[in-house]
Amino acid sequence: MLSSLTITQAHQKLKKREVSSVELTRACIERIENVDKNLNAVVYRNFDRALEEAKKTDSKGVFGHPLTGIPYLAKDVYCEAGVPTTACSNMLREKTYVPPFDSTTTKRLKAKGAISIGKTNTDEFTMGCSTETSCYGVTKCPWDLSRVAGGSSGGSAAAVAADECMFALGTDTGGSIRQPASFCGCVGLKVTYGRTSRYGVMSMASSLDTIGTLVKSVEDAALVLETIAGKDPMDSTTSDRPVLGCFQSLKDGIKGLKIGLPKEYFAKGIDPEVEQAVRSAAETMRRLGAEILDVTLPRTKYAIATYYVLCPCEVSSNMARYDGIRYGHTAAKPKDLLDYYQRARSTGFGAEVKRRIMIGTFALSAGYYDAYYLKAQKVRTLIKNEFEDAFKQVDIILSPVAPTPAFKVGAHTDDPLAMYLEDVFTVPINLAGIPGLSLPCGFSKDHLPIGMQLLGPQWGEETILRAGYAYEQATDWHTKKPVL
Amino acid sequence: MSTLSKAQVEHIAKLARLTLTPAEAEKMSKELSSILQYVEMLKEVPTDDVPPTAQVTGLTNTLRDDKVKPSEAAADALLGCSPLPIVEHQIQVPHAHG
Repeated sequence: MLSSLTITQAHQKLKKREVSSVELTRACIERIENVDKNLNAVVYRNFDRALEEAKKTDSKGVFGHPLTGIPYLAKDVYCEAGVPTTACSNMLREKTYVPPFDSTTTKRLKAKGAISIGKTNTDEFTMGCSTETSCYGVTKCPWDLSRVAGGSSGGSAAAVAADECMFALGTDTGGSIRQPASFCGCVGLKVTYGRTSRYGVMSMASSLDTIGTLVKSVEDAALVLETIAGKDPMDSTTSDRPVLGCFQSLKDGIKGLKIGLPKEYFAKGIDPEVEQAVRSAAETMRRLGAEILDVTLPRTKYAIATYYVLCPCEVSSNMARYDGIRYGHTAAKPKDLLDYYQRARSTGFGAEVKRRIMIGTFALSAGYYDAYYLKAQKVRTLIKNEFEDAFKQVDIILSPVAPTPAFKVGAHTDDPLAMYLEDVFTVPINLAGIPGLSLPCGFSKDHLPIGMQLLGPQWGEETILRAGYAYEQATDWHTKKPVL
Repeated sequence: MSTLSKAQVEHIAKLARLTLTPAEAEKMSKELSSILQYVEMLKEVPTDDVPPTAQVTGLTNTLRDDKVKPSEAAADALLGCSPLPIVEHQIQVPHAHG
C-alpha cells in the first residue's frame, strides 16, 4: 500500500519517478475513504485542492526537498487560508470558520511543496487527552475500536498509524502529541518550547503550547522538524538557534550516551506491562552502547497540580476572544451585549472548555491569584530546575509516555480529575519547556501499542532523535501496523 | 479555600461571561471543588525564595523593526469571519444597554 510509506521512502520513489505525487495523494485519499468511517480521524477533507496541488507538483517534476509532493494532514487548529478550521468546537463549526491566512508551519510546508489533504480530529480547542471532547465525536484507536486514540492530537496519531497520510501535524501542551502517538503506535515529537512557531495555530495555553509532528519513523521526525523549525517574526517566543544538523547526526549512534531512568516515572499506578516494555527498551539501548543511570525528579508528583492551575488560567484568557463577535457561533435576539456574550459562549463551548475557563477565572480572580497562579508559577520553576539538574548527570531521560496503553472510550466521562491524571508523565515536560520524542517500544498482551519517551535538555532535539533512531534501527515495533 | 459553593460558581460564571443552568452549576461546583482540593497539594512545596516562571525560553526583549508592513489578511476578510452584520467596514454588535 502506497500510503504506508514513510516520507523518506516516498521521497526516494518520487525522485526515481517510480511514483507520482498524485498517486501518493490518491492512495491516502482512498485509505481515508476506506477506513475513516471506523476511526473518525479526519474531520475535513480537502481532496480536490490536494489533487490539484499534487498535479502541479508532478508537472514541475522537481523533488528537491524530501517533503515535496508528500501528502499530510494537519490537526484542526492549524489555520490554512481558505480551508475550514474549527478546533473541533461548535464555537467555530456553526458558521464554519475559514481563516484568511496561513499558520507559519503550514506555510513553511507549502513552500517546500508538501500537500495538505485535510484536517484531523482533536479534543475541543485541544483540551482533553482522548478526543472525546471533540464536537465531531471521538477518534478510535486503530488497534482496538472500543478504545480511544488518545489526545488531544488523537486524529493525527490515528491517521498516521492507519496510513491515512504520510505524516501529520499536532500540538503538545501537556502531552497531546506524545500520548496519542503512544496509544496508536507511531512516532511523535514534542519540540523545545520556542523551537517552532505557534503563529496561526489556535492557542490553548500560550506558555506551554508547542507545534510538532506525528510520523512513521524517527528519520521522518527529523525531516519535518528541520522544515518547520526556526525563528518566526510572527511568534516572538521562537528562538534563532540553528536547527540544521538533526538529520545529519541521526546515524551517529549512542555509544557512551548517558540515559537516566527517573524512579518517579516507574512508581505505583503504572501498568506492569508498560514498565516492563520501557525497562526492556533501556536494556536494548544499553546493548547499543549507552550507559543507563538512575535519576530522581522528586517534584514529579506536583506537576499535574501545577499544570491544572497554569493551563486553565491561560485558557480562560485565550478563550476570551470567542465572544460571538469575531468568529462563528452567534445567539439570536440578544437583550443586550452582556446577554449576547453569555449566550453565544455558553452554547458554543463544550463542557471541558467551560470547566477550564471556570477554573482559570477563579484562580485569577481577586484574592486568589497569589495562592494559585503565582504559587503554581513558582513550583514550575522548581520542576524546571529539577530537570536542569538531572541533565547535568545524564544526556537524556527515558520514561513511559502514559501509565497505561489506550483506555476504553468513556472510561473517564464522569471524572474530569481522573482524566487529568492520565497526563502524569507528559505534563512535567511542558512545564520545563524541554523536548520529548515518543516512540513505540512494545505491545501489551491485548495487542495495544506501548510507547516510551526520550527527553532531552532544552534545545536538545538532536540527541533524542539520534537516540530514538538508534533504538528504532535495533527494533521493529515501529513497523507493526493495525489491521483495519 | 478548596470548595466552591453553587453561588460562587455562579459568580465566577458571570465573570467568565458564561451562563450555567442550575444543574450545570451544581455539577460544576462538585467538579471544580474536587480539582481545587487536588491542587491544594502545592501548599506543601516551600517556595518562599523561588522566582515564578512565566516563560521558559530565556529570551528577553524580542523586538522587531519598527516598519509598517501590510497585513497578511485583508481587513474585510477578517470582518467576514464575524456572524454579525457588517456596516461600513464595522461589525454591528448588540447594544450595551438593552
